[in-house]
Order: sequence, then C-alpha cells, then structure tokens
Amino acid sequence: MSIYQLSVNKKKHRVDVDSDTPLLWVIRDVIGYTGTKFGCGMGLCGACTVLLNGTPIRSCSTPVSSLKPTDKITTIEGLSENATHPVQEAWVEAQVPQCGYCQSGQILAASALLASNPNPSDEDIDTAMSGNICRCGTYTRMRQAIHSAAHKIQTAKKS
Amino acid sequence: MKSTTSRRDFLRISTTSAFVLALGFSSDSKGRQLQKVTTVGVQINPYININAVGKVTLFNPRPDMGQGTYQILPMLLAEELDIPLERVEIQMTDGSDRFGSQLSGGSSSVRTRWIPLRTAGATVREMLVQAAANRWKISTNDCSTKDGFVINNQSKAKLSYGDLVEEASHLPVPAKPKLKSFSEFTQLGKPSMRPDVPAKVDGTAIFGMDVQLPGMLYASILHSPYIYGKVQSYDATKAMAVTGVRFVLKTERVFFHGPYSDSGGFDQKLRGKSDAIAVVGESYWSALKAKKLVQVSWNALGFGETATEQYFNQAKAAALHEGNEYKDAKVGDFAKALQLSDYKVQGTYQTPFMSHAPMEPCNATVFVQGDQVEVWAPVQGPDGLVNDLSTYLGVKRENIKVNVTFMGGAFGRKAVFDFVMQAANLSKQVNAPVKLIWTREDDIQQGPYRPGMISAMQGGLDKDGNVLAFEHRLNGASIMSSVFKADMRNNPDPWAGEGINLEDSPYAFPARRNSFNWVDPQIPVLWWRSVYASTNVFAQESFMDELAFEGEKDPLDLRLHLLRDAPKFVTVLNKLAEISDYRAKRKQGVSIGIAIARSFASIVAHAIVVEKQNTGVKIKHVYSVIDCGFPLNPDNIKAQVESNIVYGLSAAICNQITRTHGKTDQSNFHEYTVLRQGEIPASTIFVMPSQEEPGGVGEPGLPPIAPALCNAVFLATGKRIRTLPFDMSSI
Repeated sequence: MSIYQLSVNKKKHRVDVDSDTPLLWVIRDVIGYTGTKFGCGMGLCGACTVLLNGTPIRSCSTPVSSLKPTDKITTIEGLSENATHPVQEAWVEAQVPQCGYCQSGQILAASALLASNPNPSDEDIDTAMSGNICRCGTYTRMRQAIHSAAHKIQTAKKS
Repeated sequence: MKSTTSRRDFLRISTTSAFVLALGFSSDSKGRQLQKVTTVGVQINPYININAVGKVTLFNPRPDMGQGTYQILPMLLAEELDIPLERVEIQMTDGSDRFGSQLSGGSSSVRTRWIPLRTAGATVREMLVQAAANRWKISTNDCSTKDGFVINNQSKAKLSYGDLVEEASHLPVPAKPKLKSFSEFTQLGKPSMRPDVPAKVDGTAIFGMDVQLPGMLYASILHSPYIYGKVQSYDATKAMAVTGVRFVLKTERVFFHGPYSDSGGFDQKLRGKSDAIAVVGESYWSALKAKKLVQVSWNALGFGETATEQYFNQAKAAALHEGNEYKDAKVGDFAKALQLSDYKVQGTYQTPFMSHAPMEPCNATVFVQGDQVEVWAPVQGPDGLVNDLSTYLGVKRENIKVNVTFMGGAFGRKAVFDFVMQAANLSKQVNAPVKLIWTREDDIQQGPYRPGMISAMQGGLDKDGNVLAFEHRLNGASIMSSVFKADMRNNPDPWAGEGINLEDSPYAFPARRNSFNWVDPQIPVLWWRSVYASTNVFAQESFMDELAFEGEKDPLDLRLHLLRDAPKFVTVLNKLAEISDYRAKRKQGVSIGIAIARSFASIVAHAIVVEKQNTGVKIKHVYSVIDCGFPLNPDNIKAQVESNIVYGLSAAICNQITRTHGKTDQSNFHEYTVLRQGEIPASTIFVMPSQEEPGGVGEPGLPPIAPALCNAVFLATGKRIRTLPFDMSSI
C-alpha cells in the first residue's frame, strides 16, 4: 500500500492503496464517487470514463500510480453544479437515458468532444463516442442531444 | 389478456397511522450512503402512503432495468389518485407478500397492473373524497379532486390529502371504485419526462453496483470454465498473500429456482448447482487480483467436451422428425395439405446462443445475520428472490428484505438470482455484509444464454402462389427445463411457441402445424429480450418472404392478404407502407424489406431500406410501427422501439456465443461485439393511437427486426440469410 495524492472534482484526496489499483476502484470504493461505473475492466466499453485534464480516459485500466498529484480528474459528480452542464441538460430534454448505467461515461465523453469541437459533425460524434457502449441503444438520442447541446453553447456565447 | 384484480391489493393494511420503515439513499459530500429513512404516514393501501403534510409516497412493484417502469407504474396510481407524479416520492417494493407479484418480465408490468394499480389509486381517492364530504357535510357528488386536494365544488374550499388521510383511513373501503376513462386522464397518454432521468445524468442514481454498507467486504468469484463442475482441489496460497484478502472460500452457484441438489433435474445430470471459489477482501481490487492467483482443478462432470457445433448438428438431426405438436397453432391437416400442394418450399434457419451482456454485470450485496437476511441488488423480481433465498438458506420469507436498486440493464438476466445467492452464501460464511461483483468475463462466459435454435420451415403453394400449408418445427433447448427442471423431452415447451401461435401470428393458412423437438444444450439457458419470439419470428417472417418470392407475390401484399381477418395487423402494415413509402420505385441495389410480429400482446412491424454497396450492404433507414394499445407514455414507447432496433440488430449482425471443448469462446466486448455509435441506422417510429388495453412495450420491437433486415438483403442481393449472425460487409 502507498499514499497517493489525487485531485478529483477540484478536491484533494489522499488515498492509501496498492500501486496497481485502477483509478476506477479508487474513485468508487475509496473516495466514494459511484457515478463512474464498472463495465468491462479492459477499456472496451467506456462505462468507467472520467476526464483526465479534460481528456476522456478509461479509469478501469488506469493504475493510480500513473497519475500525478497535479492531474485534474473530473467524474460525473464534478462536471457541473446541479447537473447544469449543457450536455446534461440536453440529455434530460432528449430523455436519453434508459437504464442509465453507461450515461456518466457517455456524458463525459460528449462534454470533452464539445470542449474541443464546439460544432461537431455526425462523423465527429461517431469518432468521439464510439468507445462508449450503450446496450439500451440510446445512440440516436445521444447524437441529437450532442447537437442540441452544441447549439445551446454557441447561442449562449453569442448572446 | 384481461387483467385480473388481486384482492390482496385492496386490503387496508392499517386503520391507524402506520410507521413504515424503509431504506433510502441520501447524498453526502463523500458520495452516497445507505441510510435508514422513515416514511411516516397513513397507508390506506400497500402502494400508497400519505403523511400529515400531504406528502405522497408511492410503491413501485416492478423493478426498472431501463424500460420505464419506475415512471409508469407509479403513474397508474398517481393518475387515479389525482396527484402529479412530480410531487410524489417513489419507492421500490421489497419483495414482501402484500405487494403480490413483483417481477419485471415478459413485458407484463403494465398489462398485469393496469387495473389493480389504478383501482388502488381510485380506492384511496374515493376514501379521501368521502372524508372531505363528511367534514363539509355535503355529498361526494359535490366534491372533486385535483393535484392532491379535495375541492368543495360549491364553496371552492380545498382540503389537502394530508389533512384527510387519517379520517379517510377509518372509512369503509369502497367495493367498486370508479376508474377514469381514457379521456379523463391528465397524466397517462401523452409524452412525459421520466422521473429517473435527472438522477441518471448526474451520477446519483443508485445501481446495485453502487451499494455501500459499513463493514462491507468485497467478493470476486471463480466459476467452472465448463459452467457446470466440481472443484477437485484448489490452492489459495498465492491469493491469500495479496494485501487486503481476507478469505478464499469454496462456495457454489445454484441453477435457478431449485431443487438445489447435485442431482436435481429430470435427467439426473448434475445441474442443480456447481462449485465455485470466492475471494473475499477489503477492496474489490484485492479480491479481483487474488482471484487470478487461485489455482483450481475442476471436474467437468462430463461437460468438458460439449460444443455449440455439436448442439446445432443434433438440432438439425431432430428437425428431420415431426416434433411434439402445439395445439395453439394447429389448423387443418398440414401433411395432407402439403401433399396436395403444387410447389413445396423448405428452409432451415439457425439463430445463435446469445449473452444478455447488460452494461452492469451481475452483482449483489447481502447481509445474513442469523435468521435475518437483507439484500441490496439489481434484480427483476424481489418476491421471487425472497422465495429462492428462503428455500436456499432455510430462512423464513418474512425475515428476508430485498432493497431493489436500479438495474444497469438486465434483458432477462436479472430475473434469476444465482449471483444473489452466491453473495448470501458468502455473507453467511464470513459473517459480514458481502458485495459480490461478477466480471464481464463471468457475465459472458457463464451464461445463462438465450438458446440457439433451429427452425425447420416448410410451406406448400398452389399454382397461383397461394399458401396452402405452413409448418414451423422448433428444435432446441427448453428454457422451462433449464429454469424449472421441467421435462420437455416429450412435450412442446409452452413458452417456446410464442410469437408464432395463432393469436400472435394470425396468417390465414388453410393448414398449419407448429412443433417442438427438445435438444439438450448442456448449458443453462434463459429468457433473453423477447425470448423465443426473437428466434421464432426470424424464421417465420423470413420464410414468409421466401413463400412470397416462390409464389411471385409482393411480400407486403401476401401478408395483407393472409392477415385479412386480423384488422389490427392490417392497420399496422398499411401505416408502415405509408411512412416507409414502401411502394416507391427504388434505384438499382436499394431495397425495402418488411416483417411483422405480435409478441407480448403488442404488434410491431419494421421496414428496413438497405443499399448494396461495394463494401457489402448498408442499412439506410429503419421504419417502425407499434400498436401497443393505449400508449401510456408515447415517448418512452418510441425509446423502447429504438432500443429494440439496436439490441436486435446487434444480435443479427454482430455477436453470438459459441462454445468449444466445453468452454465459451467469447470473453469480453472485444469478442462479443455490440453496435456502437456510428453503426446505428436512422429510424422513424410511429406509435399507433389506440383506446385498447395496453400491451407490452419493452420487448415487442425486437422480433421483427432481423427478418426485416434479411428480407431487405435478399431483395437487394438475391442472397437469403438463414443463419444469424451474418456479416453485412461480405454480402
């Protein structure tokens, strides 16, 4: 066991875990943010997606020892205050989630896409979102919601 | 099916204030913790609790796996109670007897609770109105209700339900409360926002995976690679050396609803239970890491050389024989009619074994303390779980409490509770709350699976292409055998004929025969979204197009003709033709294929437009029409059809479970591939308006999707797909 310093959702955490512990289990079982999900353990499904300095990563295959204390990790709980991120709002408006289990990862992946590409094409969405599986098949609604969030962000900037 | 009303639903459980203790979830800065929360109020009816300030708590008896029961079941209560759903708190029922059946399965939740829950709501509303009328000394006819208040129509005075509930609880329970007509609904019947959605966009929704209890230990489990099997010996030395590991234990996996003995089953093969080894530790990571270090020597009990190929060969051999006949599909004398036909058409269809692969792998948290058992788990039926645990642990049913969480998908998998009983077994052994998490590999390699099936189709045509005889021989595994150890060697499995019996498939064939030949799958099989309708309808609706082709009829015209006495089917087909522009002339290489099926009391038809390209066939668009009776939340019905399109297409063109040398060949999403963003066709979905009783919604969209696709592929390429899955890029 070793002590690691992590910054998760703008809060500093000191955790005492084995060096090979995946970030996923540190976030869920040690720090207590359970919005990040376990789906495959191999970085294949995207349910465990979190943002590392704004970039989506698979926390199930990211050992805690590979992170620096200065790294900024964002989970679904830290994406916004009161679920007010435009992606989250668009997700509610389009009634995207069904079972909801993959949606934390989907939303984080979509928010990262819009942060780097404010007006994504369908092809951009396919590329950015293809790592996140949804077994309920909410893909069409997610696509609509990403376009509508993009529109909302741009409208807000103009006004 | 007409819903029957269970008397149990209307018994008043208390005439004075009832203190109902329930478990809830609350957030704190450290994430979510389970806390004891107390719902204090008067419970006139098991499903409805109203406290003195008018806060209404509704109890939902159908677990939610994404299909929308979390909204729609409480809305049945709220509609008749006249309170907006946004203002109530929803709790899940706990498996106890007073709630009756609590299984989400067979797309039956609304169908079976449509009348009972509305009656429960109307009963309580009438009692509240009576209490108000008594107080105002006026007739109940001069009272109305709205938004949680009883209104005096003359004076316009208002009393909140909270003011009245104590008095109301002492009044006689009305024998025949009046239910609203469709036109009186204010909540049901229009697109509405599901109350679970906000919690599913900010990470606060609690799934089984998210349950945390003080003092909880984590478990990972090592199963027999042959699914069935016994541990000959095991070495835990290396595993025990991993930091945080507390126990390496022998445990077991039971195959479903008992008997849980080694020799359970009609054929006396050892299928009642298998051995397993569990690692229990202070963190899940330690348990998971150590699991890989346990060395186990397995006795495969004769299951070590089983293979999918062998199974399908047996099923194809069985298909050469007439099976055990279904009475609910029999018309005329099939053999004679076939003999008199001018042309005979045959086709043998194969559908694969499938894993449910819900995003949330199986998991459960259980605390066994002496003769008291508490469970927190994503399960489709807490009452069935109480039964199974009671038998398994020898604990009284009333001592078992189940806290149903949201399910991260289930698709039938979480309607059996092998994983919960494992957690119970472990909690008992280590005397602490245990959270067991299956890995994705456990999920994909351990089953239970949808049975792979062989459908042998035969049809007879006259010179003009009219269908004279139609036969569907089912050959394969019985879910009833797997789950309930029923002997189906000489019986047609009654579940296996769904989607193709006369009610579900009312084609007016002059002669018709459906039959079933049982084949031993040598692995556990289970209902998978839309169950046998998913396999049967693929063969049935593909073969309809084969008959149309051989008889030189248009596939839509043939169906319209044969369904002429089934007006709902005709209406759905005509609507499908309209929204898909079915009769439009399409360019070379572009074709439209259709299929229609009734399952779970709803009719769905799909039309798929495909285009032949250099790199294979591409789906351009999916058009769908669903008639599920009165549409309670049309937006959710659309969402469920969208979901079935994707789930059904994944099964048609992506994935399957195969086994060789007794082991499953696939292990995780790189081998059991599913459709992803970018691989999903655009869709247009039409929900038929209807004033009929509601039908199922969660599954009926699936069965016709694969045959609609394969029919379109045939028309575009001339290639008839009879085996799923198939590769779209190589056609």
